[in-house]
Amino acid sequence: MSAIKKSNILKTGESTWSFHGGIKLPGHKDMSTGKPIARMPSSDRYVIPLNQHMGAEGEVLVSTGENVLKGQMLAGPHGLISAAVHSPVSGKVAEITQHRFPHPSGLAGTCIVIENDHKDEWVERNPIGEDYTTISSHELRNIVRDAGIVGLGGATFPAAVKQTEVGIETLILNGVECEPYITCDDMLMRERADGIIKGAKIIAHIIKAEQCIIAIEDNKPEAIEAITRAVSRDGSENITVQSVPTIYPSGGERQLIKIITGNEVPVNGLPADIHVLCHNVATSYTIYKAIFEAEPLISRIVTITGRGINSPRNLEVDIGTSIHDCIEHCGGYSNDARALIMGGPMMGLTLNTDELPVIKATNCLLVTAGIDISLPDSEIHMPCIRCGKCVDVCPANLLPQQLYWFAADKDYDRAVDYNLFDCIECGCCAYVCPSQIPLVQYYRFAKSNIWEQERERKKSDIARQRHENRLERLEKQKQEREARLKKKRDALSKNKSSRDKEMDKKKALIAEALARVNEKKSKQNTKAKNTENLTPEQQQKIKQADARRENMKKHENQ
Amino acid sequence: MADSRAVKSLRSSPHLKQSVTVAQIMRNVVFALIPVCAWSVYAFGFSVLLLLATTTLVCMLSEAMFCRISGRTSSLGDWSIVITGLLLGLTLPPGFPLWMAAVAAFVAVGLGKALFGGLGYNVMNPALVGRAFVQAAFPVAITTWSPPFLPGRFTELIPSTLTAPFMMPEPIDAWIDQKSIDAFSGATPLALQKFEQVSTPLTELLTGTVSGSAGETSAIIILLGGIYLAARRMMDWRLPVGVMLGAVIVSLPFWLLDAARYPDPLFVLLSGGLMLAAVFMVSDMVASPVTPLGVWVYALFIGMLTVVIRLFGGLTEGVMYAILLGNAISPLISLVTQPKVFGERNKS
Repeated sequence: MSAIKKSNILKTGESTWSFHGGIKLPGHKDMSTGKPIARMPSSDRYVIPLNQHMGAEGEVLVSTGENVLKGQMLAGPHGLISAAVHSPVSGKVAEITQHRFPHPSGLAGTCIVIENDHKDEWVERNPIGEDYTTISSHELRNIVRDAGIVGLGGATFPAAVKQTEVGIETLILNGVECEPYITCDDMLMRERADGIIKGAKIIAHIIKAEQCIIAIEDNKPEAIEAITRAVSRDGSENITVQSVPTIYPSGGERQLIKIITGNEVPVNGLPADIHVLCHNVATSYTIYKAIFEAEPLISRIVTITGRGINSPRNLEVDIGTSIHDCIEHCGGYSNDARALIMGGPMMGLTLNTDELPVIKATNCLLVTAGIDISLPDSEIHMPCIRCGKCVDVCPANLLPQQLYWFAADKDYDRAVDYNLFDCIECGCCAYVCPSQIPLVQYYRFAKSNIWEQERERKKSDIARQRHENRLERLEKQKQEREARLKKKRDALSKNKSSRDKEMDKKKALIAEALARVNEKKSKQNTKAKNTENLTPEQQQKIKQADARRENMKKHENQ
Repeated sequence: MADSRAVKSLRSSPHLKQSVTVAQIMRNVVFALIPVCAWSVYAFGFSVLLLLATTTLVCMLSEAMFCRISGRTSSLGDWSIVITGLLLGLTLPPGFPLWMAAVAAFVAVGLGKALFGGLGYNVMNPALVGRAFVQAAFPVAITTWSPPFLPGRFTELIPSTLTAPFMMPEPIDAWIDQKSIDAFSGATPLALQKFEQVSTPLTELLTGTVSGSAGETSAIIILLGGIYLAARRMMDWRLPVGVMLGAVIVSLPFWLLDAARYPDPLFVLLSGGLMLAAVFMVSDMVASPVTPLGVWVYALFIGMLTVVIRLFGGLTEGVMYAILLGNAISPLISLVTQPKVFGERNKS
């Protein structure tokens, strides 16, 4: 794998590389950038879901009724890919219960409910500050991990997990924010640029990156200016600001890396494979807060916007605050409010109620109104006319039309062959489709079906494996038994032969003994002098005596 | 609950939609075709107006009928069938008997479109399927040409136009001779070039003051229609450009070798139905490949094949069969020209 050539990296003002496809979208960003970020007043009750991030749910560390302090860890990371959650206020754990929270499934999850005592008492904090340069990457990563920091661009992947220090040359800070309406990163960059730069330096220190590039879409001149000024204030030479063209989805990690470096992150690979690490600007700011103020991720900037909101603006909101309260704080819904979306209009999630907590992933609360957003009214779409517009705009360079065909036919094998899983669900294809085909929904449907099949296959694989294992085990047992029997038999036969040998020995001994006896006898016979050299009379007498004995025997037998 | 208003629509992303629709695209193609039709009517008279009206109406009626039979919702609203009707009419000779035109239109919709499942599912261009059918069925009528700008073209019809159904048309030579000031050979520029090596001036080809099918007249008007569609991003400009490029690639070397015998590339481009086909038929989205590379392969293939048929085949015109063949191999082209997926490494 080749390293990025230094000449490939562009400096401020230079034109960038481009990725295939993408679309220009109406921004609607002005709506929420008119007023500075405001602090959402504290609430009486906070609902903190354990599963606000990608990966495993955290492990609960508190119990109902327990008093907690602001910034106290409520649940610790469980497993490698997991994140901690903290109490945004001091107070009491009211309950640990199932509560609905913003999630594509619409299902409830374990949440810790905190009752605010309004004392605002912090847990004991030991900020590291500028001394972070003397601390090892490993220790800093642990701090980031324990601060519950996740990617705030929307994917909410635990930040510490990807902060590898092996072979990273370039840190890219993503300030692109390409989705329409969302301005939370824009406002953060305008107002808190210094913190972002400090955060970038901390990350660069952790991952031992040689340089940092801060990418900002060129429709945010104020943010570019603020960040550029902060960089020059800081004086770092290896931090550059790069404006990138306003084209959706240039804020997608892989697309942005292509724009900045000209290199593509390999399929099934990670940015680290091409020596790049990408973090959102808000993540960088949160890391700065964790190191310099020992403040875990307990609040974030949320854009509350859309024509369905009376007074759109950006709020700094504590995690766990009710969405309803946030919207009320921005003047509430307008009369023609229509749909509530968490995130942007291209990839956001519609919510069917606002009685949900703000979570780490809540970058935007968009309320549409009237024809604010052109949702196709009819569920019936036209047939695909193969116009190829989807192919032209696909940032992953796929053939969306073919994928649709296979997904609709449930021909999942071919859908996978046509790289369905490289689809990032950005929605460009569906946006341009003149037949109004809900392409992304088809892909999601196909993906979930394939996952389901995969699970089934795994299950049956496991079952088959189990069966095979059982057969193997039985076979093994049989063999073992046979082996044991054989051993026994062998042992027996061995015994037998040894007994035979013994017998032989004995027999031999007996035979020997007999032979000896016979010999003795014969010797004795030879030595029996009284039967030797007998006279004929004596022999006669013996004969007579023998005959008498015979007679007597006969007599007795009779 | 105060948020009850915000619960009205619940669906997964994306929530944004560009407003261009299929019907809009098709309508714009019809708009782009209107000047072509108008000029054709002006040049050949009322016969062409009747011809275009017949093909379009029969196409629409057939479509409505087939939709009803197959239980699909009527697709008349998407305007695509109007394009088929107009294009079919434009590929026929001006004096083509109307009953034959009606047969062509019925076959175009039935065999070319409905049989495959309607819009989006047809393998070949329906208009050309209809045209190919009548080319085989009525070989004489489809090669009976009449000259443009005949006096009295708006007061009387070409005699063959109103041939009674299932009857063969009478020859129209005598009628043309009676009307025409100059002697009319009855040959199209392509036939003149192919069989007599007589070249037609390019200005006549550009303005369409030549004989031929109703629509293969003014290259300029056709090109303007194409530019309009390309500018509105309702047509893939690569397709017509590719066809023209393909035609030039094949015809140029022959012309350089023997300029007396072979036509010059510009003549190849402007004569016959090539321009109409390149702009309005090859660019038919349904039957063309979707891969970026495939689009070029497809267009070049059609352009080159057209010229090969014209130069070496028995026919004077080759673009129809070139497109039908191109349609046939379009899925294959798509298959072998898969683009490299983002992040995919070259297999090396």
